[in-house]
Amino acid sequence: MAKSPETEHPNKVFGWAARDKSGVLSPFNFSRRDNGENDVTVKILFCGVCHTDLHTIKNDWGYSYYPVVPGHEIVGIATKVGKNVTKFKEGDRVGVGVITGSCQSCESCDQDLENYCPQMSFTYNAIGADGTKNYGGYSDNIVVDQRFVLRFPEGLPSDSGAPLLCAGITVYSPMKYYGMTEEAGKHLGVAGLGGLGHVAVKIAKAFGLKVTVISSSPKKEEEAITQLGADSFLVTTDPQKMQAAIGTMDYIIDTVSAVHALYPLLGLLKVSGKLIALGLPEKPLELPMFPLVLGRKMVGGSDIGGMKETQEMLDFCAKHNITADIELIKMDEINSAMERLAKSDVKYRFVIDVANSLSPP
Amino acid sequence: MGKVLEKEAFGLAAKDNSGVLSPFSFSRRETGEKDVRFKVLFCGICHSDLHMVKNEWGSSIYPVVPGHEIVGVVTEVGAKVTKFKTGDNVGVGCLVGSCGSCDNCTEGMENYCPKLIQTYGFKYYDDTITCGGYSDHMVCDEGFVIRIPDNLPMDAAAPLLCAGITVYSPMKYHGLDKPGMHIGVVGLGGLGHVGVKFSKAMGCKVTVISTSEGKRDEAINRLGADTFLVSRDPKQVKDAMGTMDGIIDTVSATHPLLPLLGLLKQKGILVMVGAPVKPLELPVLPLIFERKMIVGSLIGGIKETQEMMDMAAKHNITADIELISADYVNTAMERLEKADVRYRFVIDVANTLKPSPNL
Repeated sequence: MAKSPETEHPNKVFGWAARDKSGVLSPFNFSRRDNGENDVTVKILFCGVCHTDLHTIKNDWGYSYYPVVPGHEIVGIATKVGKNVTKFKEGDRVGVGVITGSCQSCESCDQDLENYCPQMSFTYNAIGADGTKNYGGYSDNIVVDQRFVLRFPEGLPSDSGAPLLCAGITVYSPMKYYGMTEEAGKHLGVAGLGGLGHVAVKIAKAFGLKVTVISSSPKKEEEAITQLGADSFLVTTDPQKMQAAIGTMDYIIDTVSAVHALYPLLGLLKVSGKLIALGLPEKPLELPMFPLVLGRKMVGGSDIGGMKETQEMLDFCAKHNITADIELIKMDEINSAMERLAKSDVKYRFVIDVANSLSPP
Repeated sequence: MGKVLEKEAFGLAAKDNSGVLSPFSFSRRETGEKDVRFKVLFCGICHSDLHMVKNEWGSSIYPVVPGHEIVGVVTEVGAKVTKFKTGDNVGVGCLVGSCGSCDNCTEGMENYCPKLIQTYGFKYYDDTITCGGYSDHMVCDEGFVIRIPDNLPMDAAAPLLCAGITVYSPMKYHGLDKPGMHIGVVGLGGLGHVGVKFSKAMGCKVTVISTSEGKRDEAINRLGADTFLVSRDPKQVKDAMGTMDGIIDTVSATHPLLPLLGLLKQKGILVMVGAPVKPLELPVLPLIFERKMIVGSLIGGIKETQEMMDMAAKHNITADIELISADYVNTAMERLEKADVRYRFVIDVANTLKPSPNL
């Protein structure tokens, strides 16, 4: 007889789950494995609400496996460590991000690129190494192989640091990989000012890049400059300003997940410029070839980062006092938060105060 | 300003967007102090010539004298010319001028200079419109002239000046030139066939990717490709998924990118050298989840064009050509439109281009 989520593992866990594509989250009793010799058990303090959580609970991408307990920007305290665990001890402040498993033996894993391992498994809505479903951080605790646990640096706040575990690494990794940080003073455009975009501005400025926020909303200009530290702001609906900015950017990080035109963004790039697409639109975008060919321009992508790089990113952010701008919410406010997130009505990440507001009925 | 001294020239020009070429008399400037003047022996017919004579890109200024795969023998050099002398075998490709001072120019990438002047159809510094190699002679600034090594046959070397550099430049720039790499070449025309040859000479394993099975034999037996894949056959595509370090896509018609991205290994790079006029559908997921890249490329700088030509000489790489007489050019253009050529027409200019009105 198939086991239920409550009985499939020995340890009872409480969280919130979506049971169907309405995406409505509600209390959910389930279970987790015992802490194995390579595992760390984390009592969850905070969990960021990523746009991916919203897409998954609504089955926007067509592969949601209900019930879904989302959450992959998790910060907490290690309460148990297995006997083979060397990097952490009980009481340590730790983080868990987007992935909690990989084969640990392929070329990607050997290069600390677990995120590109063909057998990589996500923190939630995926099948883990033991063949059972993974449940994420909208819950009271999580058990994770030590390889996928991060040390949360001293000085990095648990609540506003949590979103770095997905948003932070998602923008940090391509900045390194595509060479944006190799020479001082390069000009980066950040398209879209949401969870990813606002963190991109902060991290890019810490790297010494000149940053222009590219947005369709003129209202965001003031905070982009005064609060986030962008050097300039470009409204895509202003043809004169767009014209004047043609051929001025070395790179663009495109965080926009709605379907949008690439032609104007490609025009902003210098010759040999690179546009890095991070948003996941539901439909393919249109790629005009002439700007690409005439200017040797590139469109690339990136997917979070490996564990070593994620730790490097957290340490970098701690050193430069970079955190996300967050709105702290209680667990039972999650459904209205999701509705607001769908309308981009948040500056710029919701974070659930799990430890103080998640209580079993 | 005094009248610019000129010399008579004759060639073939399209006078309107029918694209029909007919005899055309015009003039070229006197040999300036930095100029190289040469008698044209051969000129390759590039697909761009066809697009331009028919104004398919909307930028043609008639009359258009096409031709940017031009080879010949130097007849005169200006007083300040140091690299060439009378009697040298030379060539001119797609560029005859650039600003010389921007970042692109100083880094040997004149092809990306915002003020670049193409060999035909562009306004030159003397306010004339440049005329290309379907003509009896050329005059060109020394900085844009390429030496043709002695061991290369002039007729079969001509297409390298556009087709050759167009595939060579991105192979080098993106590091797709390492022995043992697996490179895909999409499309087997003027660009594609030369792409196969250069990639093989670089020590790569080459797969030709085509929509039609019919080209398998020539890809493998004639051009030396290692394997051949029909992109419309899902099984062949599936078997080759994730096997290629890079793909050079020479196809200018609209076509799907998703199967090509699937053929790339992680971090693989898809180089677009054909330039479809309409935007293509961009599948973002393979870029994000496998960190793949799509990049464009446009010919190459002058220094690297010379480098390409020297490599061709070392490895005996030339284009496979069909040599034609000047009076065949309109028929050749019709056949080119149907891709009915293996793989480049080259006009035997010196022997067949006459200033006769009866052509």
